[in-house]
Parts: sequence; structure tokens; C-alpha cells
Amino acid sequence: MGHPEAAEKFIANDERMHWHDKALWFVREKRDLAAHGIPEWEELRRVAKQIKTHVMSKLDVYLEEFEENAKEKGIHVHWAKDAKEHNEIVLKLLLNRGAKKLVKSKSMLTEECHLNPYLEENGIDVVDTDLGERIVQLREEAPSHIVLPAIHLKKEDVGTTFEHFLKTEKGNSDPTYLTRSARVHLRKKFLNADASLTGVNFGIAETGGIVVCTNEGNADLGASLAKLHIASMGIEKIIPKIKDLAVFTRLLSRSATGQPITSYTSHFHAPVEGGEMHIIIVDNGRSKILGSQDFKQSLNCIRCGACLNTCPIYRRSGGHSYGYTIPGPIGSTLGPSKDLSANKTLPFACTLCASCSNVCPIKIDLHHQLYKYRQHVVNAGLLATKKHTILKVAAWVMKHPSLLDFGGKIARKIVPIMPRSILYSSANIWGKKRELPKFPKNSFKELYKQHKEGKK
Amino acid sequence: MSSKETILNSIRENTITSTIKLPETNIPHISYENKNEKYAAALASVGGNAVWLEDGDINAFVAEHYKDTEVIASTCKEFTNETIDANKPNTPHALENVDLAVIKAQFAVAENGAVWVKNPENRHRALYFLAKQLLIIVDKNAIVDTMHEAYEQIEFNKSGYGLFISGPSKTADIEQSLVIGAHGPTDACILFV
Repeated sequence: MGHPEAAEKFIANDERMHWHDKALWFVREKRDLAAHGIPEWEELRRVAKQIKTHVMSKLDVYLEEFEENAKEKGIHVHWAKDAKEHNEIVLKLLLNRGAKKLVKSKSMLTEECHLNPYLEENGIDVVDTDLGERIVQLREEAPSHIVLPAIHLKKEDVGTTFEHFLKTEKGNSDPTYLTRSARVHLRKKFLNADASLTGVNFGIAETGGIVVCTNEGNADLGASLAKLHIASMGIEKIIPKIKDLAVFTRLLSRSATGQPITSYTSHFHAPVEGGEMHIIIVDNGRSKILGSQDFKQSLNCIRCGACLNTCPIYRRSGGHSYGYTIPGPIGSTLGPSKDLSANKTLPFACTLCASCSNVCPIKIDLHHQLYKYRQHVVNAGLLATKKHTILKVAAWVMKHPSLLDFGGKIARKIVPIMPRSILYSSANIWGKKRELPKFPKNSFKELYKQHKEGKK
Repeated sequence: MSSKETILNSIRENTITSTIKLPETNIPHISYENKNEKYAAALASVGGNAVWLEDGDINAFVAEHYKDTEVIASTCKEFTNETIDANKPNTPHALENVDLAVIKAQFAVAENGAVWVKNPENRHRALYFLAKQLLIIVDKNAIVDTMHEAYEQIEFNKSGYGLFISGPSKTADIEQSLVIGAHGPTDACILFV
């Protein structure tokens, strides 16, 4: 199913669609307030882009520096060329320590690798501990947003989910009550876990450590209790120096949720006492994107989610309609980079309004990338036949001015007198939620000509 | 070929970006006329509160403000009324019932209400997250404007763990409603002495 078909299901509930739209716009407005409070905001974005561009020019050097420094600090480093190898390494590390119970904090990379089902098949009890992720895990859904995993759900949905799984009071959907219930439920999981897995926000080449940002404290709680800490990191998460974090921490949470900083910004540079810390460096198709002039900037992403919150299509179609691990504008370029055919409709889930590029803290040229990917889809022969034919006919007509004039003349006469039942029939997809403007008597060309003659 | 070599080779083959200089990250930045005021406002906005202690008597402050608190742990020398020694247990799980942890931070950041916490002498990191309430002690002269100055003071030449803490743990994962107290402390007070 492509994005339009999946989105149709989402927008079928008009009230909820508008609610979703507003909820995300609220986050976008908070981002604006936070950004405007920093006079040097644009300079920060410029510098962040420069740092990332610099890193991508010598990623191999920085990754090796990172590994060397991590090892010096007693951290084990593993390399995984793809999702399969990543998952196998995680399982092996767990089995080596006899670990059966794993608590996880947010990691879109492990979603991308489909780690949870793989571990579950192999007898591991996996618990996502971020509240939003736990909610979607219990409902057997995927996160619909990279920062706000359960943004598609109303509190009543969460209430019924918890009623079923956590035996909370019937009909109680108070967010504080539900959060407290989840706290009690997950506290037990933390205390009984054999191992923890976290994502990585930044890997510092200079020090060989990683930084994880959370509000709930779940990454730290997991990693500080269990003796085994595994961190999964995409190759693009590397930054050169610890001081670079000043730039990225100032940008990240302000762009994400409008907070000045996350509650916890944790710098892991050692295992806990008597424990082990492992970092898995994962490629899974990323290094190929480095070689694409048009799409390489997508690797600069720090996963703040600002482009999702601002996107008129994302807000009105929901994260699940994208059918890719990462939804929204950034997912609509990463998806096709991963598999063009499977994600061929994503570059079209875009109005080319460029709002995503304007809010991106790293100034990624997102809307340009989506425009370019449309051309890739067409060139690969992947555009739907109907759409392709319509575009071909339109191009042909536009190349013949007299034909276009004639067509326009007929349309201006006929359309105004056509009955609504025909004009807004099911064939007119455009007219589903829109009204045609009033047709003028004359075309622009005719008016221009008259105006010019009148002047003489 | 190992996966490491495969990945590094693929990176080398694909890299087309020409090297640009690593920019200066300590850019000219905002500075606050009244750092204390800004700090207190930023912390309040994330659910924490800041207090300036005139007499420096932390024992008296805790006795007054945390009356019914039973289990108190401390990693701060200036506070001596702890009820348990947090470094004594061999596993962090033993700290599960800590009601209040009194810990030290090295400095505070005005722009975002955070404090930098790196205490190598603290045996269990889990203390910061298991405790129901946090009281964080900071030198009243140690407030910087922004993260640029903060990172000038941070290094990890040796292994270790350090973090910025900004207020109590929180979540807004249910309908964007902010709930203070997610998995970690439900209350965080920064005490400047």
C-alpha cells in the first residue's frame, strides 16, 4: 500500500485528523518560541551544518578514532554492515551473559533493524521503556513519530490499552494516573532486567563515549541497573569533539519539543561497576548515501522530528501512512534511499512548501531531495500509470499553444454550466475537499492582449 | 574481510564531500544580565525549583523541607544527615527505596536550567534515577550562560559517566500532557550554597 491509500484510512476520521494536525502544530509553535529565544539561532544552524559536512567528508577517520578511544575506556566496539548482523550481535551479547530480560530505551535504528521480533523469536523478553514506545509495543504497533511515538493515540486509547495490560481502573484515562501506573509497571522491569539497550544521539570521536538524551530517565535507569549495556549507533551519529555538543544540544531539544534541553543528557564513557558496555556501529545502507550528491545531506539528520511537526502532509496523514520506519519529510528521503520501489509514493507525500528545510536545525535540503526523488521514481518507471499518462497528456497539450487556447475556451464555456454531480464525480479526486474557483470569461492571454491593445 | 573493513571501505569509496574545516563551535552567544534569575526561570519552566541558601546549612534546609522523608542518601560532604550510605551496597538495586538523594553538581547553566553532574566518587549512577526526590547542591558562583561555556569545562580523558540534569524526569507521551515524574525523580530542587 502506498502513502495515498494508507493516508485515506487516516483521514476517514475527520475529527481525529484535525486533532492530530493541531497537536503537532502546537509542538511546532513551541519550537518557534524556543528558537526565537536564542539570538544566535541561525548561526548555530550554520555551524551545525558545517560540523556535519566536515564529518561526512572523513567519516572513516572519525569512526576509527571513536573505536580506538572507546576501547581505551574499556568499552567494546562491534561493527555491523546490515540489520541482520546487528541483530545477531545483540543476541550473541545477551546469550553470552545469560541475559533473558532486556529493557530498551528509544532507538529508531533498532526499529529499522526489526530487532524486537528477532529477539523475541529467540526467547528474549524485550520491554520498550519509553512511555510512548511501551504504549505502542503493547498495542503491537510501530511508533508513528520519531520523538513522540504515540502521538496518533488519544488518552482514551491509552486508557483502554493499560486497562487490558496493566489492569488500570476502567475508564480512567487521566494522563497523570496512566503515567504513574506505567512507572510502577516499568520500575519492576528495570529492577529485574539482565541487560539494557539504548540508542545513541551522539558518538564523540575525541573521547570514545556516547551521549543519550531522554526526558523520562529510562535510558539511564536501564543502563545503570543492568550489568550489560548495549548501545546501537548508526555510522552517521559521530561528531568530532566534545565541544561540538554545545551546538547540537542547544539545537536538538528546542527543535524537537521546544524544551531548552532534555531532562537528561547523559555522557556514557564507561560500563557500570562489574559490568560491560558494548557499542554496535551500524551501516545498513548509510555509507551508500554518502556517494549521492543529491541525497548525502540526509545523513546529517539528528532525528529531532521538527520536519514532521511542521509538515502539512505528515500532520494530516499520520506517521503510519508512510509505511517506513521513519515518517515525515526525512523518512520520505531515507525510505527511497533504502528501497526506491517499496517507498516510491513517499516523495509525493509533499507539497514542496519547504517548511521542513526551514525548520531543520542542520539545514538539510529536504524539499529539494523530495523533488529530486520524484524524478528518480519517474525515471525508474515506478510512477503509477494513471498519473504518468495524465502528466504526459498535460505536457503534450502545453507544448501546443493553439490546442491549449482551444481547450481553455471550451472549458470556460462548459464547466460553469455543468451539473455538480458530473463536475464533482468520483473521477475528480482534486475536487473531493475543494471547490473550483469561479471561471473568468477570458483567459490571461486574452486579457493581456486586450490590455496591450487598449494602451496603444 | 571483516565487517569493519567492509563498512570503512564502503565509506571511502562513496565519500564525495570535499573536506571543509571544522568550524569554531564557541560562537558569540547570548549572555544574561541576571544569571540567577534566568536560571530559576528556565528551571521552573521544566518543573524544577532553584533555591539560594544564605547560611549554607544544608542539614537545616533538609530538616525543614523534607520533613517526612525516611531514606536519605548523599554523595555530598556538606550534608551529614543521610540515613544510608549509598556507596555501601554492592548492587544499585539496594537503592530502590531511597526517598531523597542529596548530590553534588559542578555547575549550572542559565539558558536551560541544567546542572552538570559528574561525581566519580559516587559508586552507583542509578542513585540519580531511583531516588524519588533529588536535591542537587551547586556553588552559587558556578553559573554559566550557555552550553558553550559548559562544554569548555567538560572533559572525558578518563572513563566515567557524567550528565546534565534539568529538572525532574518527565513525559508528555500521552496526548502531549506534561506529567512530571516519569521513570526517575518526581521532584528536583537545585540548592545554591
